[in-house]
Amino acid sequence: LVVENEATMPGSDKETDLTERIEAFLSDLKRGGSGTGPLRGSAETARETTALLRRITAQARWSSAGDLMEIIRKEGRRMTAAQPSETTVGNMIRRVLKIIREEYARSRGSSEETDQQESLHKLLTSGGLSEENFRQHFAALKANVIEAINELLTELEGTTDNIAMQALEHIHSNEVIMTIGRSRTVEAFLKDAARKRKFHVIVAECAPFCQGHEMATSLSKAGIETTVITDAAIFAVMSRVNKVIIGTQTVLANGGLRAVNGTHTLALAAKHHSTPLIVCAPMFKLSPQFPNEEDTFHKFVSPHEVLPFTEGEILSKVNVHCPVFDYVPPELITLFISNIGGHAPSYIYRLMSELYHPEDHEL
Amino acid sequence: MTKEEKQRLRKEKKQQKKNKEKKDDNASQESEKEKKSVSSSSSAPQPPTQPATQKGGSSCCSLKNVHDMVQKVTLILIFPVVKRLPEHIQVDNPDVLKKLAKKLERQQIPLRLDYGYKVSLFSHLHQYSRKAPLTQQLSIPSSVIHPAIVRLGLQYSQGIVAGSNARSVALLHAFKQVIRDYTTPPNEELSRDLVNKLKPYISFLNQCRPLSASMGNAIKYIKKEISNIPSQCKEEEAKGKLLNCIECYINEKIILAAKAIAKYAIEKISDGDVILVYGCSSLVNHILCEAFEKNRKFRVIVVDSRPRLEGREALRRLVQRGISCTYVLISAVSYILPEVSKVFLGAHALLANGYVMSRVGTSQIALVAKAFNVPVLVCCETYKFCERVQTDSFVSNELDDPDDLIVTRKGKTQLEDWQQVPLLGLLNLVYDVTPPDFVDLVITDLGMIPCTSVPVVLRVKNVDL
Repeated sequence: LVVENEATMPGSDKETDLTERIEAFLSDLKRGGSGTGPLRGSAETARETTALLRRITAQARWSSAGDLMEIIRKEGRRMTAAQPSETTVGNMIRRVLKIIREEYARSRGSSEETDQQESLHKLLTSGGLSEENFRQHFAALKANVIEAINELLTELEGTTDNIAMQALEHIHSNEVIMTIGRSRTVEAFLKDAARKRKFHVIVAECAPFCQGHEMATSLSKAGIETTVITDAAIFAVMSRVNKVIIGTQTVLANGGLRAVNGTHTLALAAKHHSTPLIVCAPMFKLSPQFPNEEDTFHKFVSPHEVLPFTEGEILSKVNVHCPVFDYVPPELITLFISNIGGHAPSYIYRLMSELYHPEDHEL
Repeated sequence: MTKEEKQRLRKEKKQQKKNKEKKDDNASQESEKEKKSVSSSSSAPQPPTQPATQKGGSSCCSLKNVHDMVQKVTLILIFPVVKRLPEHIQVDNPDVLKKLAKKLERQQIPLRLDYGYKVSLFSHLHQYSRKAPLTQQLSIPSSVIHPAIVRLGLQYSQGIVAGSNARSVALLHAFKQVIRDYTTPPNEELSRDLVNKLKPYISFLNQCRPLSASMGNAIKYIKKEISNIPSQCKEEEAKGKLLNCIECYINEKIILAAKAIAKYAIEKISDGDVILVYGCSSLVNHILCEAFEKNRKFRVIVVDSRPRLEGREALRRLVQRGISCTYVLISAVSYILPEVSKVFLGAHALLANGYVMSRVGTSQIALVAKAFNVPVLVCCETYKFCERVQTDSFVSNELDDPDDLIVTRKGKTQLEDWQQVPLLGLLNLVYDVTPPDFVDLVITDLGMIPCTSVPVVLRVKNVDL
C-alpha cells in the first residue's frame, strides 16, 4: 500500500507531474484504438485507470468531496473522450465516484442504505433537490478514499483468478467447447479446467484480425486439443458443440453484450442448437450504457483490413465496412460468470445499482 | 413345445417357403420385364408401386398370391436404390481404401495421399494439400489419361476452375475433346468401349478433387447417351451425335436455365432493394446483371469469407457493370443485415430432403437473415438436384488444404508451425447444408418452388427420362 506523502514534494512539481501522467495515459488510450485490440488488455487498463485516480486523489488540490468529484469527473470526461470504446475507463471512474460518496456518507455518520434508497416517501418529503452537495470538509476523507481505492485495486488484481477458479464447475470431461477471437479471461478459464479435465476446444478465428490464431496456439501449448475454424464454418460445426464460452468487451446495462464482431452470429447459432452460451466477464466490464445509441455503439477501423489497397480500381467504387463490435441481445445469453460468481442476464441491472450511483451514469 | 414338435414346425415352414418361392418365381419373371420398361436407367430410385400392382394382379388368381407377389416386386424394385456408399466419405475404413488402391492400380492412376493432421470429427474424409497435385505423380507422357483430362484435373485441384457450373461445363468440354479423339478399337462396340474408357478418367478427376453433384449428374447423362447408341451406327455418325448431345445439355441445362431463372428472379427484385449476396455464384451474378440491364434500381452488398475470398471476384464483376456495391466480411453480417431487404444465395446442390448444400457460410447467412426477418431466396438449376439426403455438414463434405488458414499479419504468422504442435488442428471446410426452414423460396428453371418440393421435381424428371 502506497500513500503519497504531500510533504515530500513541493506543490507545483507535484501538479505538473500529475498532469504529465494524465497526458501520457490519454495518449496511450488514443493509440490503442487501432482495432486489433488495445495495446493492453482491459484488466490492465482498469488497473492503470484506478492507479491514476488514486494519484489524483492524493496529489490534486481539493478541500471537500464535491471538489474531488468535480476534478475526477473532468478528467474522466477527457479520458472517455480519448477512447470511447474502452469502457473500462469510464467504469472505473464511476466506481471511484461511488467510493467517494460512500466514504463521505460514512464520515458524516449517516448510514449508507438510507442514502441510497430513494424511497417515494423521501422524494415527497424532501421536495426538490437532495441536500447532498458534498461541501463538508473531513480530514480523514482523503486517507479513507485512498484506502478504499487500494481495496478496489486488490479486487481488480484477483478477477481473472477468481473467474478461472470457477472453471471446473462448468466444464465436464470430453466436452467440445467453442469460443471466438481472443479473450484473456476465457484463456485462463480454459487452462485452469484443463489441468484436471480433458476436453476439446474449437476456436473461430474472427477475421479480419484473426485473434483466434493466437488463442489457439496458446491453448494448444497448454495441452488442450484445439481446432481453428473460419468464421464461415461456425454454424456448420455448432451441432457438435456442447458449450459456447466467450469473453466480451463490455457488458451493457440491459444484460446485452458489446463483443467482437461475429459474436452475434455465434450466439444465434448456439440458440438454434440450444447450446448454452456462457460469458466470462469480470465486474469492471459492466457499464451503465444502453445499446440504443446507434452512433456511438459501433466502432469502425480501416477498411484496408477487409479489402486491401492491392485490389486496385474497384476500391474507389465500393463501400467497405469494417466494424469491430457486435451487439448481442440478452435473450441469447445463458449465463454470466464474473469474479463474484455466476448470474443470469436478468440480474445484471441489480449488480449495476450496487456498483455505480445513478447520478454518475452521465459523467 | 417338445423337440419333435419344433422340428415338425420347422419342416412345415420350409415346405411352405418352397411352395411360395415356386409361385413367386413365375411372378418375378414377369415383373422383371415390367421393371425394365418402367425404369430405363439403372440408378432411378423411385419404386412406383402402383403400376406394379396393376400389372402383377392380372397374372395370378388368389388375393394372397397377389399380395406376396407385390411384396417381392417392390423388394426387387427397391433393391437398386440401396447404393454403395461413395468411397470419398469412407476414408476411415481401411478395407475401402484397399479396394480403392487396387482399382486405381488397375486403371494405372496414382493414389493421392492425405496431408496433415485431420480433425477427429472429419477422419472419414480426405484432406489433400494443394502443393502436391496428383499430376506430379503421373509419368509424362501418360498414355492412359487423355491430356485434356489431365489439364482439367490440375485446374480442379489448384482451384483455377471453381464453382459448380464452371466445373461441369469444363468437364463436358473435356469430354467432347475425348470423344473427338476417340477411335473404336477393332472387335469392340463404341457404346460399351467408350464408357469403359471414361471410367479411369472419372477416377482420376475424383482423385484430383471430389466430384460435385452437378458433375455427377452430367456424367450419368453422358453414360446413358453413350450406351443408347445403336450398334449399327457408324463411328463418325455416333461421335457427331454424342457431341451434339453434350452441346444440347450445356445449352439447355445451364445457359437457357440461367435465362429462365433470371426471368423469374427479376420479378422478385423491386426498385430500391438492397440485396445481399454471398461469395461468387455465377447464377446470382447473372441475375443481378440482367436485372441491372432491365433498369431496376438496387444496390448490392457482397459478403465474403476467408480463406477463399471468392466475393472479391463477384465484386469485380458487379462493379464492372456499374452496380453500386458494398463489401463486408461474414463476421460483420449482423451489423449490415438491418439495411438488407433480400438475400440471394447460390447453391451447389439441392438434396432430396429439402436441404441446400452450398459454400460454407451460406447456412450462417440464412440463419442471421431469418433472425432479422429478411427473405432468403436460393437460385439453383434443376440439373443440380440430387437424390442424396443429409442433415448435417459432417457426414459428407470436402476438406480443403488446411494451410490456407495461415495468415501473416503485422509480420507475425501465428500458425506457421501448426504441424509441429501436436494438439493443434486446422479445419478448412468447403460445403455446408442449410435447413429448409431458413430458405423462403427456391428459384429454378421450372419455376419458383419451396425447398420441400425438390423430391417432386426429381420424380417428374425421372419419369420423363
